Amino acid sequence: MVTTLDKFAIGQHGVVQSVGGEGKIKRRLFDMGITPGAEVLLRKRAPLGDPLEITVRGYELTLRITEAQCVTLEVRQ
Amino acid sequence: MKRFALAGNPNSGKTTLFNSLTGSTAHVGNWPGVTVDKRDGVYKKCAEPVAIVDLPGIYSLSPYTPEEVIARNYILDDKPDCVINIVDATNLERNLYLTTQILEMDVPVVIALNMMDAVEKAGDKINESELEKRLGVPVVKISALKEQGLKDLMDKAFNESNKRRAGTTVLNETQLKHLIGDVKIALAGQNVANPLFHAIKLVEGDEIEVAMHKETVPMVEEFKKTFTDETFGTDFEALVADGRYKYISKYFAPVLTRKNKEKFKMSRSDKADKVLTNRWAGIPIFLVILFCIFHLTFSENFLFVSTFADWANSPLPSLEDLGLLTADGEPLNYGVRWLATIYDGTIYSPGVIVNNIWNDMLVGELFGWVSGLVEGSGMAPWAVGLINNGIIEGLGAVLSFLPPILTLFLFFSILEDSGYMARIAFILDRMFRRFGLSGRSFLPMIMGFGCSVPAMINTRTLADDKERTATVRVIPFFSCGAKLPILTAVAGAVMLHFASGGGNADLITYAMYILGILVAIVSVLLMRSTTLKGETPPFIMELPAYHVPQFKNLMAHLWDKTKHFVKKAFTIILASTIVIWVLTHFGFDWRFLQDEQINDSILAGLSRLIQPLFTPLGFGSQLGAYGWVFVLAAVAGLIAKENVISTFATLGACLIAAGVPQLNGFNAADIYADESGIQAVLAMIAATGITVPGLISFIAFNMTTIPCFAAVGTAKSELGNKKRFNWTLLFWIATSYTVGAIVYTIGSWWWTLFIWLAVAAAVVTVIILRNKRLSQSTLTVAK
Repeated sequence: MVTTLDKFAIGQHGVVQSVGGEGKIKRRLFDMGITPGAEVLLRKRAPLGDPLEITVRGYELTLRITEAQCVTLEVRQ
Repeated sequence: MKRFALAGNPNSGKTTLFNSLTGSTAHVGNWPGVTVDKRDGVYKKCAEPVAIVDLPGIYSLSPYTPEEVIARNYILDDKPDCVINIVDATNLERNLYLTTQILEMDVPVVIALNMMDAVEKAGDKINESELEKRLGVPVVKISALKEQGLKDLMDKAFNESNKRRAGTTVLNETQLKHLIGDVKIALAGQNVANPLFHAIKLVEGDEIEVAMHKETVPMVEEFKKTFTDETFGTDFEALVADGRYKYISKYFAPVLTRKNKEKFKMSRSDKADKVLTNRWAGIPIFLVILFCIFHLTFSENFLFVSTFADWANSPLPSLEDLGLLTADGEPLNYGVRWLATIYDGTIYSPGVIVNNIWNDMLVGELFGWVSGLVEGSGMAPWAVGLINNGIIEGLGAVLSFLPPILTLFLFFSILEDSGYMARIAFILDRMFRRFGLSGRSFLPMIMGFGCSVPAMINTRTLADDKERTATVRVIPFFSCGAKLPILTAVAGAVMLHFASGGGNADLITYAMYILGILVAIVSVLLMRSTTLKGETPPFIMELPAYHVPQFKNLMAHLWDKTKHFVKKAFTIILASTIVIWVLTHFGFDWRFLQDEQINDSILAGLSRLIQPLFTPLGFGSQLGAYGWVFVLAAVAGLIAKENVISTFATLGACLIAAGVPQLNGFNAADIYADESGIQAVLAMIAATGITVPGLISFIAFNMTTIPCFAAVGTAKSELGNKKRFNWTLLFWIATSYTVGAIVYTIGSWWWTLFIWLAVAAAVVTVIILRNKRLSQSTLTVAK
């Protein structure tokens, strides 16, 4: 199943298919290691629901829901 | 002297390595034009001393953040003899992403593989000779924390610095190889230095490069036309980033052998995080931590011990009961004076104890001794006054800020180094986004309740320039410790005079704090939709693993701040204090005046001159002949807010001496003895006939106007840009003037509320319409 990162459930993981979004945000996502083929796990949501915390390439990264919408992934079971 | 640059990701241990290498030789400044820390120092254990330059912590060499631009320009233009790239071995993949970019420059590089102790502790292994072979540059295993492998690292770096190295790229593995090769040959033909690096950036379409090599761009575009990729099409930025990470996963990641094969396992840091950012407990825990910090810094009732023990009724024996005071209440001897700074029947917080020791004992003793010398020296009275009351008291007022600033800074450094600061931003981001800010700006704002100076310095953690400017500007609205006495004095006098002692003065104080927060919110909203417009900065941030802060690092932080602050106290602030003192102690005929003759001083004359300006605020022309006292108090507050109360006392005594209508039979001695300033304010009320709205407007003005010299100086260095600083001063004046006018007019004539509401509605409408037009015109341009 292919979906965007903001729709993930906590504990779900997947493999990045593509990254969209406006230049600066997209570049930042790439620089932080969210590139096609990278494995991503959604760890948790902040107490107020947004932003999200994910594990990618062995470290923890936080990003907002609006930024997570730019990341399309193939869900892994 | 050879220069080595330290480059690496944030949280890779770069600061620790820098501190270990340079020790006490470190020097902190700003990079020219921007307020990113520039640190350099000297390493002495090589064949010859080597200068070490600490570049800002970065993830990439993109053109989008000031830190990244500084780092890349430093390596390209200032040509260090060697770049030491520090790589966090516990987080190889993302750290090596930066390495692949640094390697493209024509500069000798050595890789410092840091945190090897943590890797080995986890039972993992790294094959560094394999990594060395793949990268083509020396790799040295180190632990910056335990100072292991540093000598080896520096010897290798020194060795490399004698060689020349041409840039290499991992992108030769991708289809971009020929495109990059062609551009590189063209650039090398133009004698461009670092041709490979520039070629790759041109292919990426990097803004800075495109502007630099205008004549080459059409050729690059021509080459690009022949190229498309099935996944990315012609998104070259994506192709390059993807190429780097693909290479890293394929060739670099396998050098690490993990003992624990499970990919997403729980570490101790994860367990701590589970509690600290818990859905329900996260916010309460954060509030408790925040409360503890302020309590430990400022409270005079530590852990509420005095309250719980009910010592108000059965106090611990006072110094007097213990027989340690003389008949006139003075400490018996030197030892008792020390004891009195810690103990006088109540229990102080550590912060207050440090504060007392510094101010009463160290600074107080030293300055007291100097004043004594000056007084006994037989100098002219004006010279004695200038040195003792002007310079020494001025310096004392500023230096007295040092203990609370350092205590607050210590706590906030602990939060930062432990990794919790990033979680605070994570927890609060949602709330702050509504105002066009990110969660990171919360801490500097809340620090403002303690003191604006450390708060403004703390805005360095904000990535976005506009967000940072907006935050620095509203920090003074979070009423600092020094503004509290003004509030209590005026509120107390209002209740005594107008409510005959009934009513609750604290209510006025609380309302003023809330007013400050409201003004801050409104200002941020206005700025973010007009002059400081820009999208909410992205919030894509690493959450570093928690760890125990290093004592050595904390002390290095504090030492940096102390140097910075003391230097400022002895330069700009000292000069300004002298100017103000002269203006209050000399008349227009340059006659020296006693404190009581302040009426005739130049500053009083100037205050009378600008007095009419404050008429809309309720403390201007309508107050008559003595009305300038409030103006003068406000002006004196621009140096330090403590000055407002001391000016009140001086003025109150002058007014009584000048024979203005008396109130409850006060005399000048009463006013000098009354430290809270309430009686002085009462005398000023009696002399001027100021109304309650006028008084409230006066405190509102003081709270929101230009803060003290120390804070103004800090704002100047933090904003970095002269024009922006001047606008900030203007913003503070305009805000306080407007807030004062609103408070006074609505307080005096309730129906003016509707006029102000109409004005506000008009302003909001104009801004919305303007922004709509602007966004439409940019849309048409985009089309």
